[in-house]
This record gives sequence, structure tokens and C-alpha cells, in this order.
Amino acid sequence: MVDNSLELLLKNLPLLLDGLISTLTIALASVILGLLLGCVVGIAHLSRSSAVRTAAKIYLEAFRIIPVIVWLFVAFFAIPIAFNLTISGETAAILILSLWGGAEMSDLVRGALTSIPVAQFEAGRALGLSEIQLYRQIIIPQAIRRLLPGAVNLITRMIKTTSLVVLVGVVDVVKRAQQIIERTHEALPLYAFLFVLFFILCYPLSLLSRWLERKWPT
Amino acid sequence: MADMNSQQLLSTVMPASANRQILLSLENIRKEFGSRRVLDDVSLDIHEGEVTVVLGPSGCGKSTLLRCLNGLEPIQGGNLRLRGEPMPGSTGDWRAIRQQIGMVFQSVELFPHLNVIENLLLGPVQVQRRKKAEVLVEARAWLQRVGLADRELSYPRELSGGQKQRVAIVRALCLNPVAMLFDEVTAALDPEMVREVLDVILELAHEGMTLVIVTHEMGFARAVADRVVFMDEGRIVEISPPSIFFEQPATARAQRFLDKFLYLPRHAEQKL
Repeated sequence: MVDNSLELLLKNLPLLLDGLISTLTIALASVILGLLLGCVVGIAHLSRSSAVRTAAKIYLEAFRIIPVIVWLFVAFFAIPIAFNLTISGETAAILILSLWGGAEMSDLVRGALTSIPVAQFEAGRALGLSEIQLYRQIIIPQAIRRLLPGAVNLITRMIKTTSLVVLVGVVDVVKRAQQIIERTHEALPLYAFLFVLFFILCYPLSLLSRWLERKWPT
Repeated sequence: MADMNSQQLLSTVMPASANRQILLSLENIRKEFGSRRVLDDVSLDIHEGEVTVVLGPSGCGKSTLLRCLNGLEPIQGGNLRLRGEPMPGSTGDWRAIRQQIGMVFQSVELFPHLNVIENLLLGPVQVQRRKKAEVLVEARAWLQRVGLADRELSYPRELSGGQKQRVAIVRALCLNPVAMLFDEVTAALDPEMVREVLDVILELAHEGMTLVIVTHEMGFARAVADRVVFMDEGRIVEISPPSIFFEQPATARAQRFLDKFLYLPRHAEQKL
């Protein structure tokens, strides 16, 4: 039976790999865009301008309160109809996952920056450091240490959330597995494959996050 | 009445400092947090090599006074001078001044992601652009003097409170400042670690460094001070040599303040 299962997986490997590439492309693009966006918005949370702070807050809350799947439908169905556009499933997926990841990341960045005691800023200034030196030498290195475990955790969540893209017609690795199940009626090996695949993708990140937390106690 | 009194006291300059140069001068400093006035018309000259201890009840403005001296708090009125040169305003560039006026804080603020020697080198190398090898020799000599020669690769979390505070003092000294400000540097320490930190400061005083010290350690204040500046409600109430201040302060307010530090059994009729 195991032999049969392996044979089934091997035979369908090109299809599964094709889906995996789609999953990984969306995940990678969203993670990169989301983390960058999150850094910018995270700093905006601490802006002196209350208008900028409010805008950042509304953005964060909108993506936190409304489920990602609803946002996906908004991007894939509602916006194209409202503005007479064509948006591919992939584009909608990358757009929404980046925006969602960016919102979550911005809160992590805000938290990391505000968790640094004011006295660290003062101690740096009292040594005569310029603002640029202060941030480069003192604040950002400490903020990154506080940020990384949470950011790594967010990346795993983003990778897992890519499985939602099935619902806007993207043929990712989960969809490919479904198609093969429908055709062959062999569910177990394919679910086992998905299980192992996401485990392999996410577990090292989870380990990394834990290791970082131990390495840099706050 | 109280004003006249403090004006008279302000004009009595310490004889010991009469022939020394004025290093820092505060002229009619006014500092407000919103509508609350924290420093009200404070004037003070600090002479080279002089040890000034600032005393007063909590909230009297003594820590704020120190923080104004290196631009951590902008002032709303008055002038600050270093060797007669005006210091920058609230939006000015304080970096040059801060290299000359070292400051050590109550909440021991070493940089936790850097080890001891990296904490010490940061200012001289990054700010003053001095050669690392040359600063390293000086920094090690300082560590030796404060008894921490073997801790240069330790991280702050591996040090005791007293050791951290000694490193923080050395970190400020590595910039070769002309004056040092100490803001209640032993207030957050366990009692048994207070002495090791105060000894370092006392040694600096004996070497003739200009020091401005805010403290609640009365015994230390008396031992280290050339003169005591007593503040209350944002004003300087009295300036006296320590021998006079601790025995017979000129003002009733200072007497009341000192009484609180003397733990005496209270007689039924004795009012403190």
C-alpha cells in the first residue's frame, strides 16, 4: 500500500510541484512585500502627525478585524466588478496577503520600537550620538532582536494562509492535491503529502523563532 | 521674604572657588512641563574642579536641572553657558556639548546588545572618530581602576547593578568630558552596591573633576560636596558649604528637609 501511495505521488509529482511553485511564489512575494510594508507602517504608527497615526491604525484594524478570506473576495470579485478591471487570482492573493501581513507586521514593529525604554534613547544622546547613529547603533539592533521571533512566526502564518487562495481560483499545491484526489479517489497519500509539506516549510521557521527567543533574552 | 533670602545666599560665593574659572553657568533658567513650572528663575555658577551636590525633596526640579545642562530637556527661558560660550537652544545641536558634559542616569542604561568594551568604545569611536586601538588602552585602564578589568567581554545582563553603574560611569568618562553629571546614580541599586559606585565618584572628586551630583545619600553628599545647593519647588533655596548646610542650614525649609533624614524617636511635643 505504501508502495502504491508513493507511486501515486511520484506519478503526479510534476502537477504537485507546479502547485507548489504557485504556493511558494505567492508566499515569497507576500512575505517580502508584507514585511517591507509592515516596517514602513510600523514607523507610521509612531509618527508625530496624528493623521498619519490614525491612517496606520485604521489600516491595521481593518485587516485585523475582517477575515483574510473576505478581503480576498473583495479583491477578486468586488473590485473588478466595481471598477471594471480584471484581476487574476494570483495578483489578488499577493495583494491581500501582503496587505494583511503588512498590517500584522506593522504592529510587531510598533511594539518592538515602543518596548525600548526612553532611557536608551537618552543614554545614546547623552554620549553625543547623532539621531542616525542612535538609531543605527542602539535602537534598530535592539528593535530587531525583539521583532524577529514574532516576525518569523508571522511568516509561518502567512505561508499557511496561502492555502486560502484556492477560493479565488488559484491552482496552488492544495488545489492540485484536490484535483488528484478527485481523479484517483486516493485521499490519504495526498493529505499526508500536504501535511508533511507544510510541516517541512514551517517547522524550521518555528524552530528558528524559538532559538532566537532563547538567544536574545529581553 | 523668601526671595530676598535666597538672593542674598546666591551672592555669597564660596571662597574656595573664588579664584577658579567658571565652567558652567545657569542664568535665570526657566523650565515648564505644559503649564507646570519645574524650574523657576534658577541661576548658578559651577566652577572648574568644583563638586556641587544638589539636594531637595522629590519633585523639586533637581533632576530636571541636570537634564537641562546637556540638552535632554529644552528650557523655556534663561541662558546656559559652557566656559562663557552660550549653549545651543532647544532645536540646536547638542552633540559637541554632550561630549564635554558626561551624564550618568539613575536607571542604569548600558546598551544591552553590546558587551562592556563595546559600550565603552561606542562614544569615542563613533562620535569622536578616535582610533579604536588608542581608545581601547584608555578604556581598559578605566576598567582596571574601577575593578572591572576582567569583565570587558561581559554583557550587561551578566553584571550586578553596581558593576553596571560603574561601567556606565566609565562609559561617560571615555569621552574625556570636562564635567560629569550624576543623576541619583545609586537610587536604583541594592544597598550593598551603593558604596562601590560612590567610591568611584569620590575618587573623581579628589582628582579635581567638575561634578554636579543629585543624590539622596546624605553621608555621601557631605563627604563629597564642596558646596550644597538646596532646591525646593523649582527654586534654589540655599547654597552653603556642606559643613554649614548639614549642621545649621540657613533656611527653615532646608532644616525641615534634613530632619526627615534623621531617624530619631519622636517626642510627644517635638514637631518635625
